[in-house]
Parts: sequence; C-alpha cells; structure tokens
Amino acid sequence: MKKILIPAILILLTAGTAFCETESPAASTVPAAAVAAPAPKVDTGDTSWLLISSALVMLMTPGLAFFYGGLVRRKNMLSVLMQCLMILCLISLQWVVFGYSLSFGPDKGSIIGGLDWSFLKNVGLTPNADYAGTIPHQLFMMFQMMFAIITPALILGAFAERMKFSAFCVFILLWATIVYDPVAHWVWGVGGFIRNWGALDFAGGTVVHINAGMTALAAALVLGRRQGYPNGMSPPHNLPFAILGASLLWFGWFGFNAGSALGSNGLAVSAFTVTHIAAAAAGVTWAILDWLKHKKPTTLGLITGMVAGLVAITPASGFVDPMGAIWIGIGAGVLPWLAVTYAKNVLGYDDTLDAFGVHGIGGIWGAIATGIWATKAVNPAGNDGLLYGNPMLLWIQIKAVLVTVVYSFVVGIVLLKVVNVLMKLRVNEHDERVGLDLTQHREAAYTIID
Amino acid sequence: MKYIIAVIQPDRLDEVLKRLTEKEIHLVTVSNVVGRGRQKGIAEVYRGHKEQGSLLRKVQIETAVNEAFVEPAIEAIIGGARTGQIGDGKIFVLDLPECIRIRTGERGGEAIG
Repeated sequence: MKKILIPAILILLTAGTAFCETESPAASTVPAAAVAAPAPKVDTGDTSWLLISSALVMLMTPGLAFFYGGLVRRKNMLSVLMQCLMILCLISLQWVVFGYSLSFGPDKGSIIGGLDWSFLKNVGLTPNADYAGTIPHQLFMMFQMMFAIITPALILGAFAERMKFSAFCVFILLWATIVYDPVAHWVWGVGGFIRNWGALDFAGGTVVHINAGMTALAAALVLGRRQGYPNGMSPPHNLPFAILGASLLWFGWFGFNAGSALGSNGLAVSAFTVTHIAAAAAGVTWAILDWLKHKKPTTLGLITGMVAGLVAITPASGFVDPMGAIWIGIGAGVLPWLAVTYAKNVLGYDDTLDAFGVHGIGGIWGAIATGIWATKAVNPAGNDGLLYGNPMLLWIQIKAVLVTVVYSFVVGIVLLKVVNVLMKLRVNEHDERVGLDLTQHREAAYTIID
Repeated sequence: MKYIIAVIQPDRLDEVLKRLTEKEIHLVTVSNVVGRGRQKGIAEVYRGHKEQGSLLRKVQIETAVNEAFVEPAIEAIIGGARTGQIGDGKIFVLDLPECIRIRTGERGGEAIG
C-alpha cells in the first residue's frame, strides 16, 4: 500500500537484489542456514508510532459505536453498540484466518492475494519490505486489521434500527471477504491493478470510505425504510454520546492517517496536520450552511461536518499541503451536506445515519480531490495533481473511484439479496416497533426506575 | 368531563396516538412507567423478553375529555393497543371535577379542547 513506501521499498529491493545475486551461486555450495538473509532492521521509532496508531484506529470502532448509538432511538442503542463490537471480534478473527492473506498475500492476477499468509503463516516479527520495511510484518498486519474492522462498521449506519442480528453477522463476514479484502488488494496490495494504475489512496478513501459508503446505499435500498420514516421518527436519543463518539473518531483518525505513513517521520507529521485542518474546515463549513439554511447551527451538523472532513482528507492526507486540506475540508462540508439535506429527501431512501451521505459522498470527493491538490512537494513518492500541472492523476483517481463505486454497490446488493433469501435481513414489524435491544439481545440500554 | 388513564404496551403507543388524533383527541400526556398486572412479578415474558426485575415496562397515556369524547377515546385506545395477549394493559376512567386553561383562565369543558 501507500505510495510513500516506494523509496523505502526501492532501497530495500536494491539491497535485496544485490544480496540475491551473491546468494544464488553460494546456495549450491553452502548449507542454506549459513546464508540466511540478514533481517531488515526494525526501527524502534517507527514501531512505536505504529503500535500507538494501531491502538488509535482500534478506538475508532467503539467511537463510531457511540457516534451512531447516540443518533438512534433509545430502544436500539445497544443494538448499534453490539453490532460495532461484534464486528471488532468477528473481523479480527477473519483477518487472522484468511482476510489479511486475501488482501496483502502474494498477488494472484492483480485481483486478490493468495492464501499463503492465512493463519498468519509467514507473518512474523521481521519487516516485510514490500509493505513496511522498518516495522515488524506482524505490526503492519495489526494496523491493517483495524481498517478492516472499522470499514464494515461504517456500513451499519445505513441499516441501523431494522436489521436482524443473525443476518447482520453473516452479511458482515461475507462482505469483508468478498468486498473489502479484494478492494484492499487492488488499491494497496503489491500487484493490485488499481495500485498499478498509479492511483493515490494514502489511508483509505476508496478502500474504506467509498467502499463502505456505496454498500451502505445498497443496504438502505435493499432493506427499505424504517416504519414511520420519514415523518414519524424520533430525534437522536442522546446527542452528547454522538459528540463523544465523533470526538473519539477525530482522535483515532490521527492514527488512521498519520499512521499510514508507516513511519515516525515528516510525512506522518504532514498527514497529522492536514487531517486536523480538513476536519476543522469541514466542521465550520457545515455549521455555516446549517446556519444559513435552518437559521441555527446545530451540534449534530458540526460533528457530521467534522467526520465528513476526516473522511475526505483520508486518501489525500499523505499528498496535500495545508492549503489543499482547507479546500478539501470545505468541499467535505458542502457536498455531503447537500447529499443529506437534499438528495436523501428527494430520492427517498432511508440511510438511517447517513453512512452513504457522509462516507460515500465524502470519500468520493476526497479521492477526486487528491487528484486535484496532490503535490510532490509534500511527498516525492506521490504525484502531482491537476493544480500542479498533471491532469492525468485526476483521471486515474476518477477511474479508481468508478471501479470501487460500481463494485461495492453491485456486489453489496447481491450479497444482501443472497442473505435475505437465506435468512431474511430485516426483523419483523413487531420486533422493529419494540426495538432491537429487547428483541435481538434481551437487554435494555436504560432502566426507567433505578 | 372524564380523565382517562391508559397503561399500554410501549410498542403500541404510535398506533394509539394515531387513532386518538383521528378522533380529534389531541390533548394527551405520555410517560414511561413500570408496573405489574396479571403478568405478575415472576420473570415473565414481555414479547419474548424475560424481565429480570418484578416490574414490566409500560407506557401510560393520560387524557381529559368531555362526555361526548369518552367512548371515542376508549375505542381509539383499545383499537390501537389490543393484541389479544396478556399484558395489553388497562384503561381507567375517572370523573374530572375541574379543568383550567392557564393561558386564558377558561374553566370546565371549554378548557379541555
């Protein structure tokens, strides 16, 4: 993944090639053990930062749970928290058993990774120069695991308050295997075809946000609207929880984006800075638009804007400068705002928590904006975008967006339909009215007395 | 004037409110309550849910109506709340000696509507 690695990879490859040349003749005469390759050196600074980043990204999934949980009705609070935490457990195991190998294992036809690394075989404590030459391979695997976890969790915003828990578990496992793992391979895996085009995606604009956002739209359409939507819906049951969750997302996003530098270096600092700037610009933009349109700035609008800004800067975070980040943030305040304020009502789909509006639209904007504002001045291993005299990059970014949009939307619909035939996706009307906490988990988030 | 108190299953609330509105009964106060009836305190099944405690979750609806609206109100509540299972709830009808609209000081039947 991640184009910034190229210099590091090149250096290691040259070193590796030189070594191979001397090794081949020697191998016939000397026992193999005697010529074992010197392990690439683990950098303690890089390793520390990636350990911290992995933990930061892990925290985003519980953060998302509270962001989403605060926005649903009281009777569905636990179901949202439960779905997020169940994804944390399920996908961690899927990733270890075969998910990581499908995404990053040795390339098969530019489409998918092989199963050579399933059960973490060959994923040890020495660096893998293809992906991160200065940290243990296992740490790179853990860092990527956190991305694989939060991505399906984003989707649940679209089907919250009406999906059967059993069907949810089956769908999430299928989606991670058939949608996330291949798309991660295309964009980040060595040999993946979108990576070979030269598309830039620093931390997951296509793989994470467009991918989740488009399947979210598919889910909203396949599951249909909630009972009573749009006129009979209660307001968010606990906005302070939503604000806490959005704040934790912002915090965790430093690991998501700055961690994607895969080192403790200047590029990580640049990604850290632009991430922060874009979130701030988008939050302010959204608040101003709310102010103009609805007469008052809302807390929900502000935090939605913050998250949209974080989404949009994600693919660009290793390639743009602070001024680019401001423009990307402003765009992320405007486009998703239009999507959730107007498009959703006009089109009539019930994307419960705007997973498509924020992550789909914000992700598409971010991926395209990367093709506009990217500059080699920030990252020589990246590329110049439209404003720096290279319109080709914009075209490559658009192609990468289109492929991801179509794949996640179409395959998302197919998977949902298949699970629906097998076990019905949606709870029955009675259970939906009573709420998923009681009917799916036999628990209530809040008591009435005591 | 009567004061009507109904204790119903929480998930029937929307339907009851809808039917009350259809009968032009708009004045209504709703609260979350817990209580017990013939379902008793044993760990009973609340729509498939075994409550740990001895009290079950219900919603209480209160409304004040003039005589002509008593039967329509009862019809609306029964129509919206009845499922035929134990735990559907109760309706209590009380005499209401007085009602005052705070804004205007109106009293009695006029103040209710």
